[in-house]
Amino acid sequence: MNYLFASYTVIWLLLFAYVISIARRQKKVQDDLSEIQEWMDRQKK
Amino acid sequence: MNRNLLGWATCITMLVSLYLIFMYAPTEATMGDVQRIFYFHFASHWVNFLAIFCVFIYSVRFLIQREKELDVKASSAAEVGLVFATIGLLTGMLWAKPVWGIWWTWDARLTSFFVLWLIYWGYLMLRRLVESPEQRARLSAVFGILGAVDVPIIYVSNRVWRTQHPQPVVGGGAGSGLDPRMAWTLVVSFLAFTLLFFYLWKLRQNLESAQESVESLQRQAQLKGAA
Repeated sequence: MNYLFASYTVIWLLLFAYVISIARRQKKVQDDLSEIQEWMDRQKK
Repeated sequence: MNRNLLGWATCITMLVSLYLIFMYAPTEATMGDVQRIFYFHFASHWVNFLAIFCVFIYSVRFLIQREKELDVKASSAAEVGLVFATIGLLTGMLWAKPVWGIWWTWDARLTSFFVLWLIYWGYLMLRRLVESPEQRARLSAVFGILGAVDVPIIYVSNRVWRTQHPQPVVGGGAGSGLDPRMAWTLVVSFLAFTLLFFYLWKLRQNLESAQESVESLQRQAQLKGAA
C-alpha cells in the first residue's frame, strides 16, 4: 500500500511541478516583454 | 479544441479515472493493491510514445517545410514527453520493488527505455546549448528523428528477449488479456492522460512561441542599441 501511495504522490508532484515551471517561465517572458516595451518607449523619446 | 474546454475535460476524465482505479477495478490476485499503479504507469508510457511520435512527425515536417511553428510543436512535445517518461520510469521502479524485490534491473526493456529517457534529455540540452534559432531547430529535428528509432526497440524488447519486465498483458498474443473492469479502467486512464498531454502540449507551445518572439525582439533591440 505504501508503494501505491508513493506512486500516485510522485505522479501528482511531478505534474504540479511541471505546471508551476511553465507558469514561472511564462512570467519571465512577460517580464522580458515589459522590459523591451519600456526600452522601446525610451527610444521613442 | 478550446484550451479551457480541454482543461475541464482533462479534470473530469482524470477524476473518473481515479474513481475507477480505486473503487471499480478489482484487486489483482497475485500482486494485490500495488497492481493499481499499472493504470497510470501504462497510460504515462502510452502518452510518452504519443509525444515521441509527435516529435518525429513535426521534426520530419520541419526539415521539409522549414516552418518555425513545426519546430515549436516538436520541441514542446519533447518536453511534455519527458515529464511522462519520468512518471513512467519512477512508477515502474515503485511497482518493481514490491513485486520483483528490486528497484531496477538492466534488462532489454528497462535499458532501452532508459536510453529513450536520456535521448529526451539530450534533445532538450541541445536546444539550450545552440544559440542560433535556425541551427537549433535543424539540429533538434535531426535528433528528434534519430531518437524515435528507439521506440520500436522498446516495443519489441520484451517480445524478442527474455526480460525481468513481464510480457505484454495487452495485445501480447495468446494468454494475455485483462479482466473487463480492468480493461475499462485502463481505457479511461489512457483517455485522461491523452487529454492531459494535449492540454500541457498546448500550454507549452504557447510558452515556446512567446519565448521565441521575445528572443527575436531582444536581438532586434540589441542590434538597434548597437547601431
